[in-house]
Amino acid sequence: MSGQTVSFVMAGSGGAGVVTAGSLLLEAAARAGWYAYMTRSSGPQIRGGEAAVMIRLGTAPISSHDDCFHLLVAVDWQNVGRFAAEIPLDADSLIIGDPGEGEAPEVFVRSGAKVVDLPMKALAKGVPGGRPNMVAFGAIAAMIGLPEDIVIGVLQDSLKRKGAEAIAASIAAFRAGVEAAVEFPAVPRLPVGNSDTSERWSITGNEATGMGALRGGVRFVAAYPITPATEVLEWLAPALPKVGGVLVQAEDELASINQIIGGSYGGVPSLTATSGPGLALMTESLGLAVAAEVPIVVVDVMRVGPSTGIATKSEQSDLNIAVYGLHGDAPHLVLAPTSVADCLFTTQWAVHLAESLQTAAIVLTDQAMGQARAVIPRSAAIAFIGQREKPAALAEGAQYKRYANTASGVSPMAIPGMAGLTYTADGLEHNETGTPSSQASDHQAQLDKRLRKLTGYNYGDHWAEISGDEDADTAIVTWGSSAGPAREALERLRAAGQAVKLVAVRLISPVQPEKFERVMKGVRRALVVEQSHSGQFHRYLRAQYDLPREVHALHHPGPLAVRPGAIVDQILQWS
Amino acid sequence: MDACAKQREYSAKDYKSDVKPIWCPGCGDFSVLAAITRALASMQLAPENVAVVSGIGCSSRIPAYTSVYGFHGVHGRALPVATGLKIARPDLTVLVTGGDGDGFSIGGNHFLHACRRNVDLTYIVMDNQVYGMTKGQASPTTAPDWEGSKLTPDGAGINPFHPLVVALAAGANFIARCSSSDPNNVADIITQAIRHPGFSLVQVLSPCVTFRPEQQEWKHMVRTAVVDATDDAARAARRLMTDDGFNVGKVLYKGSRPAYQPEPKGGVAVAELEADFAL
Repeated sequence: MSGQTVSFVMAGSGGAGVVTAGSLLLEAAARAGWYAYMTRSSGPQIRGGEAAVMIRLGTAPISSHDDCFHLLVAVDWQNVGRFAAEIPLDADSLIIGDPGEGEAPEVFVRSGAKVVDLPMKALAKGVPGGRPNMVAFGAIAAMIGLPEDIVIGVLQDSLKRKGAEAIAASIAAFRAGVEAAVEFPAVPRLPVGNSDTSERWSITGNEATGMGALRGGVRFVAAYPITPATEVLEWLAPALPKVGGVLVQAEDELASINQIIGGSYGGVPSLTATSGPGLALMTESLGLAVAAEVPIVVVDVMRVGPSTGIATKSEQSDLNIAVYGLHGDAPHLVLAPTSVADCLFTTQWAVHLAESLQTAAIVLTDQAMGQARAVIPRSAAIAFIGQREKPAALAEGAQYKRYANTASGVSPMAIPGMAGLTYTADGLEHNETGTPSSQASDHQAQLDKRLRKLTGYNYGDHWAEISGDEDADTAIVTWGSSAGPAREALERLRAAGQAVKLVAVRLISPVQPEKFERVMKGVRRALVVEQSHSGQFHRYLRAQYDLPREVHALHHPGPLAVRPGAIVDQILQWS
Repeated sequence: MDACAKQREYSAKDYKSDVKPIWCPGCGDFSVLAAITRALASMQLAPENVAVVSGIGCSSRIPAYTSVYGFHGVHGRALPVATGLKIARPDLTVLVTGGDGDGFSIGGNHFLHACRRNVDLTYIVMDNQVYGMTKGQASPTTAPDWEGSKLTPDGAGINPFHPLVVALAAGANFIARCSSSDPNNVADIITQAIRHPGFSLVQVLSPCVTFRPEQQEWKHMVRTAVVDATDDAARAARRLMTDDGFNVGKVLYKGSRPAYQPEPKGGVAVAELEADFAL
């Protein structure tokens, strides 16, 4: 992480307003010219329970949490201890609690962090309509150096609908927090008046995924709600009709994927979003899309598995099912964004590839990335728009070969409504015209063609995000949201004089062995970083690529994210 | 379809492909296929504006035997494919063909929700009360005491599913029953079903002469129903619950609930949505 950062957590019981206060803080920080990264954690309760927002602010773009938090502010301690493992503190950290709400749990105090009292409830009581979360907001803002006029502007804008009284109450409670924090120990303050005037967005990974889908040309979405993918759909539901598209809530995941296969067969680029349990249900029809050569995009916002796992927490353990879940030989695309911002690019690219190659594309994001909100530089427009190759009109009496065995493997695809080109798309093996065939030669030819169109395509430089020292002998190889901490580890290592390069693989399948070999030239040792118990990515790399002789794997299951420091330590220990 | 743009008349054979059906000689599905092509010809629909969608099974092979746009997918999922196609492409006439196993067993949930959702689809179910493609097992409409399957040698032992009553309860607005022994009537009912806006269900008694040879008697057992279509669901339910399943040749229930077809507003450029995120 270049530039300065500050990390803090707001926690409390559900309804205490920590997510609201966190979002307001993020908005204010963004207006102050800072960048931000905020993740959420909650218990399994539908409403209520306990909640925490983890926020890191900085003067440059951020895609990972730090190893440790500077500040933990608990509006109350109701079950907040359950987040202990997700909120690492140390002796330099500060815990702010309300003395009226009991003692800070031992599990936090053990870290050696300094404990400071802030009577949030009592201070809020002194303000008509005031709430403890706004007092906490004030204290945090004062400590990190967030200018008061910016915060007041945010409160005025975001509470407009609630009326002048609510705004006044919030401002007063906020100010009570600011005043109370005057005597508090110092935490890092970020410089205000940042000179960075480039356009920035405040966006979640799931929203970025939705935006990428629209930019790519998706105009039909069918889906079944599932945590943590639902926000992709909730963002798209009102957005799609505005741009001429439609979203349907299907009866289940089997219907979702088959509806989008129908929509896409009709010529409209189509997408669904789900999580692991839904992807498992969809695998049979993913094979149908591959065999019938109907372009579709399935976004899997991964959560902790197997089975129902932990719906609200993150893991990178659907890689195996995404790559290997389909029965038969079914070459398809698997892609993974490397950050909140990259959710947009990768989803848009996935739509482009699915349409160009007439096949199924799975996009693997995860809870941490999907539900994280980040302040990012505005995403530049890219040229990838779904383009399907269409057949030319046929000569009189000629038969249209929907599955023509072309050199590229891509066969021009007719769309219903095109006269003279009627055909039947089929999940059964078929010959070039689409007629079902059980002949070995047809099967072989169609298998070859479906593989060839994927392996022969030029994916350019987008297959991976590559950074660091070109001639480094050490590489970090990673994917998905683990790329965030890996990126930061790389910067820290380079700042400490170590030559390292980072390869964050964006195109998981089909594999790119030549490109990988080129980027790994001269690399003597590699650290593979991922968030899965069994090291799914590490095993996949071993199976598909030539790796350096020395490979270490840093892998652990969710929901605890990989910390940059853990990566740095591994590399340093190696030296 | 723009009727003026068409110079020539379509005949039934313009809707038929030259792919030879895999069906057994004497299968009822031959006459359903003929009825479908006849219905399309009677409406003079341009073949390129028609799509036939199916799942898996003997009758689900129909798309390959037509020369309209076809989609032959996976078992039980024909209705969702057709739903997506029709919603994405409301300009097309979409038919769905399949059997009792595909529609009421593996695809049961989609059947319920297709009835509920009321997208403008015509669902033609060729019901022969057996799984023919897997060589003769009990289907959801098989009588409990049928002992012809090696899989359930003592009979299935469970009551048959009543597709028409279930459809009615789930909200279907067009319910008809006919028999493959009268292809002209099947063609007529399919034509009415296509004209009906919204989801329409056409159950065709279509014997499996290989695994249920006794069904060859169906042509003698069916009789033209002596009722006309009602829009009273309670009355329709009573009729359907009390008949013996051989009253055919009629539309039995016809409601008027509007079809589901979301209308995109459009008019906004994708770039304008960026305002959601800009600081």
